[in-house]
Amino acid sequence: MRVLGIETSCDETGVAVYDGQAGLLAHRVYSQADSHARYGGVVPEIASRDHIRKLLPLLDETLQASATERLALGGVAYTRGPGLAGALLVGAALARSLAYALGIPALGIHHMEAHLLAPMLEEPPPRFPFLALLVSGGHTMLVQVAGVGRYRLLGESLDDAAGEAFDKVAKLLGLDYPGGPALEQLAKQGDPDRFRFPRPMTNRPGLDFSFSGLKTYTLNTLRGAAEFDDQIRADTARAFQDAVIDTLYLKCRRALRQTGAKRLVVAGGVSANRKLRERLAQLARTSGARIYYPRIEFCTDNAAMVAYAGWLRLSAGEHDSLAFDVTARWPLPELREPPAR
Amino acid sequence: MSDPRILAFDTTSEACSAALSTAQGVFSRSEIMPRGHTRRLLPLLDELLGQAALQLSDLDAIAYCRGPGSFTGIRIAAGVAQGLAYGVNRPLIPVSTLACLAQGVYREQGGEVVLTAIDARMDEVYWGVYQLTAQGIMVAMADELVVSPDAVPVPPLLGSWYGAGSGWSLYKERLVARCGKPTGGLDGGRLPDARDCLSMALARYREGALVGASDALPVYLRNRVT
Ligand SMILES: Nc1ncnc2c1ncn2[C@@H]1O[C@H](COP(=O)(O)OP(=O)(O)OP(=O)(O)O)[C@@H](O)[C@H]1O
Ligand SMILES: [Mg+2]
Repeated sequence: MRVLGIETSCDETGVAVYDGQAGLLAHRVYSQADSHARYGGVVPEIASRDHIRKLLPLLDETLQASATERLALGGVAYTRGPGLAGALLVGAALARSLAYALGIPALGIHHMEAHLLAPMLEEPPPRFPFLALLVSGGHTMLVQVAGVGRYRLLGESLDDAAGEAFDKVAKLLGLDYPGGPALEQLAKQGDPDRFRFPRPMTNRPGLDFSFSGLKTYTLNTLRGAAEFDDQIRADTARAFQDAVIDTLYLKCRRALRQTGAKRLVVAGGVSANRKLRERLAQLARTSGARIYYPRIEFCTDNAAMVAYAGWLRLSAGEHDSLAFDVTARWPLPELREPPAR
Repeated sequence: MSDPRILAFDTTSEACSAALSTAQGVFSRSEIMPRGHTRRLLPLLDELLGQAALQLSDLDAIAYCRGPGSFTGIRIAAGVAQGLAYGVNRPLIPVSTLACLAQGVYREQGGEVVLTAIDARMDEVYWGVYQLTAQGIMVAMADELVVSPDAVPVPPLLGSWYGAGSGWSLYKERLVARCGKPTGGLDGGRLPDARDCLSMALARYREGALVGASDALPVYLRNRVT
């Protein structure tokens, strides 16, 4: 089955075509980052307006790039949630009506399930069961994964997500939105020994996270400094990044021990961070677990992961009715296994 | 030439409606729903096509209310219109929501000049002034705009004219102060109806005023959103 995937949950418009036999045939992402940068964050109404302008041209381009005739599609998958309701609606409306017009099934996909399954587009793909660390702009979760739709939440952030903390601290450091990648660059020039930030919630048991305190800590560090020069910015970036990465490392180690998992999947925007990958490589060595990532471009939002998750479920016979909807808030553990064939 | 087969729909207000022109006449449905258009729209279109024993691919064109109205509602309309049109490779006909209101006043009350106002929140209305042509189709006398009820541009009004749309129920005093009392009638409760979208679309179809799916965009009128 050949599946068209559509992603519009936040500020990236994505379209991809995944084929059960041939694999990923084409994918495109249009980032709206420039439209939102001057506001320091995503403006929902601007995001929705951008999506409706960009989605169909991008879809047409992606189908052409994949050499797929409309009528050769076997299903359409779109991100149903979680995300910005207005942005999600654009993708859902276009996806559902296109599938209806083509007489093929459509399915709304959970955005975090798509992130979680993204490493399966790589070689070798992780086998089930595995442990997953999802670290993105809106989520930080440790999930025990027994199979597609079989997710047990082991821990999550009680406040800011890791990516959100990166973005907020980047803003304090005078970096443009979205700040994660820029902060990683800046931290390269930082002195690792100048500041030491706390590793939140690592001194007590459990697998939950809390990152909002690091933002305050950053603010106080900057306030306490004599001047706001490039060196202190870099040193602060370094100390912040080290603290987040170390925290993620410690919690992953704990979760691997607790579950006995042999495979760890790390996905979501923050998994693009090279320093995080280096640190987790140490964990792989010491724990014996193997770690799986998406390729860098599939860490952040994209439709390849949506097309893939859609293909898994659509080819199992799952599909939506003509009544479509979006689900702005949607806990991952509510998902179920696709029907058995 | 037989009548073109056009499917028209509207999701820009608290109503959800669809209308279909066929050789056997016009089929239409309308339901009141403050929310949940996405759950009803495609089933509604499917029922209508089923009733007329037509497929989407039998259509000559698809028409939709392009706005102004609820931002979410007009994006649902544009998104669904794009998906349907791209899927069956048919042209689209975007129709103004304000024009639909005016056309509805003509259909039900015979009004030939209609001052339309839809509540735009933030103490403003979406405003359009419409007049009937000899062909029985409403055309705008000036550009539609979003404006304070105290500042709506009013053309010289001769003869009988109507006021229609939610703006007229919410800001009746202020609009009357500006325009005078509608001499024909006031219809503040009027919601856009796909039957009127269809009438306008049929006229446009004959003129060849069609757009491709990618060019079928919402018209918000309010362009400052931050
Ligand atoms: N190299 C990096 N280092 C740190 N953070 C990064 C890096 N690259 C991206 N990010 C962060 O990843 C986040 C974006 O990831 P993603 O697109 O998965 O999140 P989202 O879709 O906004 O949120 P969610 O998936 O939870 O709904 C941003 O917060 C961004 O700063
Ligand atoms: Mg994401």
